[in-house]
Amino acid sequence: MFYLSLMTDYLKNYMKTRLTYRSDFWIEVISDLTFNLMNLLFILVVFRHTAALAGWSEAEVVFIYGYFMIPYGIFNCFFNLWGFTERYIVKGEMDRILTRPAYNLAQLSLENMDPSSLFGSLVGAAVMGYAWSQLDVAFAWYDPIVLVLMVLGSVMIYGGIYISLAALSFFSDAPTGILPLMWNIQNYGRYPVGIYNKVIRLLLTWVLPFAFVGFYPSAYFLDGAHYRSIALATPLVGAVFFTIGLFIWNSGVRHYRGAGS
Amino acid sequence: MIGAYLDMMRIRFLMMLAYRTNYYSGIVVYALNIGTYYFLWQAIYGGRETLAGMTAEQMTSYVAVTWMARAFYFNNLDREIAQDIRDGGVAVQLIRPYHYLMAKFMQGLGEGIFRLLLFSAPGMLIVSFIFPIQFPKDPVIWAVFLLMLLFSFLINSQINILTGLFAFFVENNEGMMRMKRVAVDLFSGLIIPLSFFPGWAEVLLKVLPFQAVTYLPGSVFTGKIGPELIASVLAVQVFWTLLLLVPILWVWRAARRRLFVQGG
Repeated sequence: MFYLSLMTDYLKNYMKTRLTYRSDFWIEVISDLTFNLMNLLFILVVFRHTAALAGWSEAEVVFIYGYFMIPYGIFNCFFNLWGFTERYIVKGEMDRILTRPAYNLAQLSLENMDPSSLFGSLVGAAVMGYAWSQLDVAFAWYDPIVLVLMVLGSVMIYGGIYISLAALSFFSDAPTGILPLMWNIQNYGRYPVGIYNKVIRLLLTWVLPFAFVGFYPSAYFLDGAHYRSIALATPLVGAVFFTIGLFIWNSGVRHYRGAGS
Repeated sequence: MIGAYLDMMRIRFLMMLAYRTNYYSGIVVYALNIGTYYFLWQAIYGGRETLAGMTAEQMTSYVAVTWMARAFYFNNLDREIAQDIRDGGVAVQLIRPYHYLMAKFMQGLGEGIFRLLLFSAPGMLIVSFIFPIQFPKDPVIWAVFLLMLLFSFLINSQINILTGLFAFFVENNEGMMRMKRVAVDLFSGLIIPLSFFPGWAEVLLKVLPFQAVTYLPGSVFTGKIGPELIASVLAVQVFWTLLLLVPILWVWRAARRRLFVQGG
């Protein structure tokens, strides 16, 4: 209840800042969508030169990308930790967070909430829906429920990985640029894992499980016969990685000694 | 005066050197990026010899060299300038006895040289052990490539400066900066070489400045653009370097009259 009221208050605050810089909201939405459009364009341009990617057709790859956009948008809305090191560690704002009654990570997440990212999820759902209509794939009554569970799992994987990475700045003094750099690795999860060699496939499945934020969950719908069991592990992998993230974060907070300024 | 600018460049270089540990992880991540596109293109080629005028081997080298070139020409001048404008720091900069934009540019160059020596060069070496990259054999091509890389840096920095200066006109140009980054990566040929685009898009992209940042140097390096065309692609780069000065100087003049500081 307490967190719900915090959330509504932060949302009101968000709306107020948005009304001050009104054009900004739309520019942000458009720039998010342009980024996604660029990746879709890549797929469209590439398929002008080939009929299939490791056996996956254009509509299937677009489907995977559409799915990927849904958890990605939700993740960006609630785990917007991009400037964490600079703002909270270097400038010492973490001290302020720690003096408040709410759980520090929840506080951080609400403070940086970015509802404009959710547009990306909506567009992703539309892209996925369109690809679905182009494909000859059966639609079961429980598919929406599975989809929700998969998306939850994917968001938790993202959350877990990025929380762990942000928590690294509690341990190291130098502001690490690792977060923006990692940003590119998630590219791996958007394409059929069959195109990669064995090492990367293992890495993407079990070490940095980005394959679970795009490919595996989509493969459940596209090729359930082959991928059903691994795809259904998505929520489980999500729970595991999210727990690891929280654990690293909490020990990081205990390790935190405040900025010098 | 030139001495002062050179010092700005040197100081930025030394500042980057202080945080150099970041760059070791950076090389790994760039290698992973190159990896994604290497495997993707392998799957796209699917055993075929050439696509859109490029062989599979050329494509591997192209991906590697353009990403490593990006490490050199990439900088955050847009963000720095926007930040200066937003927190009012630019007002102080304006009364100092140097040209603000020139100072920013020299700092960017210091950063670029740092990245070239500690990121791109060792990164390229490491990547060449992992992926089958073909280096040009002719030393002239190497020399031309380095010269073109300098122009890539110039043009990309000019685009960044122009984007940053828009903070004078819109209170928050964060979204614009993000869009610019996306546009540069896609339209410059980093993600897809221009020759892969459909005809009309290729024509359109060839009249924009972005191709001069990545596609042209990458194509010369991999031999997609033969030695007989080098003079003309260099001319394209010089043309854009000069042309982009016009809007920058114009925006700079208009902007100083509009300066208002939001707090701070």
